[in-house]
Amino acid sequence: MSDGRRKSASRRRVDLFRELQGKLGFLYLAASVALVLLVAGAVYFFIFYQGILPFTRYRLSLGEFLSTTWSPLGSPPQYGALAFLYGSAVVTLGAALLATPLSLGAAIFVAEIAPRWGGRVLTPVLEILVGIPSVVYGYIGMRLLVPFVRDHFGGIGFSLFAGILVLTVMILPTVTSVAVDALRAVPMEMKHGSYALGATRWQTISRLSIRAALPGLLTAVIFGMARAFGEALAVQMVIGNAPRFPESLLDPGATITSIITMSMGFAAEGTLEYYVLWTLAVILLLMSALSIFVVRLLGRRGVYA
Amino acid sequence: MISPKTADRIATAIFSVIAAFFVVLLLGLLGYIFYRGLPVIDYHFLTSPSKTMEAGGGVGIQLFNTVYVLVLSLFITVPLGVGGGIYLAEFARRGPFTELVRLAVEVLASLPSIVVGLFGFLVFVYYTGWKFTLLGGALALAIFNLPLIVRVTEDALRAISRDQREASLALGVTHWHTVVHVLLPSAVPGILTGIILASGRAFGEAAALMFTAGMTTLPLDFSNWDIFSPSSPLSPMRPGEVLSVHIWKLNAESLVPDRLRISDGASALLVLVVLLYNVFARWLGRAFYRRLTASE
Repeated sequence: MSDGRRKSASRRRVDLFRELQGKLGFLYLAASVALVLLVAGAVYFFIFYQGILPFTRYRLSLGEFLSTTWSPLGSPPQYGALAFLYGSAVVTLGAALLATPLSLGAAIFVAEIAPRWGGRVLTPVLEILVGIPSVVYGYIGMRLLVPFVRDHFGGIGFSLFAGILVLTVMILPTVTSVAVDALRAVPMEMKHGSYALGATRWQTISRLSIRAALPGLLTAVIFGMARAFGEALAVQMVIGNAPRFPESLLDPGATITSIITMSMGFAAEGTLEYYVLWTLAVILLLMSALSIFVVRLLGRRGVYA
Repeated sequence: MISPKTADRIATAIFSVIAAFFVVLLLGLLGYIFYRGLPVIDYHFLTSPSKTMEAGGGVGIQLFNTVYVLVLSLFITVPLGVGGGIYLAEFARRGPFTELVRLAVEVLASLPSIVVGLFGFLVFVYYTGWKFTLLGGALALAIFNLPLIVRVTEDALRAISRDQREASLALGVTHWHTVVHVLLPSAVPGILTGIILASGRAFGEAAALMFTAGMTTLPLDFSNWDIFSPSSPLSPMRPGEVLSVHIWKLNAESLVPDRLRISDGASALLVLVVLLYNVFARWLGRAFYRRLTASE
């Protein structure tokens, strides 16, 4: 009797201890999750908070912000950021236009034409291409692409076009690997059905696989564009950093990211120029949010890596 | 009108050429980087400090900073990221809160690195009054790595078969103990490989680090192990320029006469570090897998 009571008492202690462990453990998990939420919220809060100051504290009008002249040191100083918005849009669209057919082609090769050894060869190729740091892409662009553009297309070489080329190479692996996943997700039965009807491989690819995988392929392109829009240093190193409105693709230009990179270190804290740079960062955030939204619309869970 | 068969052959040829282009592109890039850079890398280059005005500098301190800032950031992100991943895989119920957490992870994962740099500059450099520090850089890197580690942990836990989870619960083991003693051990190889692969991206990160860890280095005394002394390499409160930022700065605003030679060497070194790190991660993952799961 007394023996049994002692046992159940120690048993209860163990249970209590286990329960406490579980509670503490869950507390740790909850704290981690809370921190993830806090950090994501804080990034948006602080960037927006700084980014609206030009309009609230300095009474900059949207018209002035969207004008074409950027000269913070001029008299009167002007803060027109349209050239940067234009530059970012042009290099992003240009890179997407060049990279999409190449990436789709490679993805089709891996997923449809040589599923076994094609994947074995191209997967590590894509992984290494992703792994090359963006500064190194920018540096090679500066050493190889800029002279190439100067000699074969004209201009001084540092140009929107050079930016497009560097970004194209940088987003190729991203677009390709997401596109491969999308194509692989098309059910085998559908392809077999197509072959059984006597369709050739190209007919199956063009009329079935590409259509069935279309949301995933669009997702791939969006990921690529998001990466291109947010890329800073590689673009900054080849684009020429002229805060003028570029008239052709061969003119030097600037993007949202390149002007932030160039000016953040020099713009004095608490000046209007400094806060306008934050407004530009707000645009980067909005575009990144838009890409998440569109990808979700396309009905696919985000790919993080 | 060409026949379907001819069209098929043409299409196959085009796709093969594109695939070959990818391989050639990679070999060309690596070939160029290593052909230019490898001859520059020697003992002096790897160990001596950089110079600001004259030729002949090395990248020793930058190389050390690159590795050290990543290590610091992993101390922060691994516990938090693994915690978040366990929560999402094991404890999250369907509902708006879980959706919000997933959205936050996705938002963090898709932040442009320069935005993280600006945020880090504001919060870890300016608000804290620390100025440019390795700790600030590590915290900025943590913002990148956190969502990746959450994701990797969640995937690794979900990959474990239901049977193991249910067998443990059926024996009367609590949910928490099932996670810690049954699920986590089998998920460790996956989590570890994932963490290493994900964190390897940090080696090349520059835009987030230039405004947080800074673009300068102090002279360091490698025999000084006092982490509170600014001349100690281990001090987290000193500015610490990393390799990728160094390459950028050499080409953007540097007066060093041999900046191209140093950039060549540093680029090759950086790519070499990334490649070796990836090979190492895979090898380690396989070794762990064999040891912990008794399978080949």
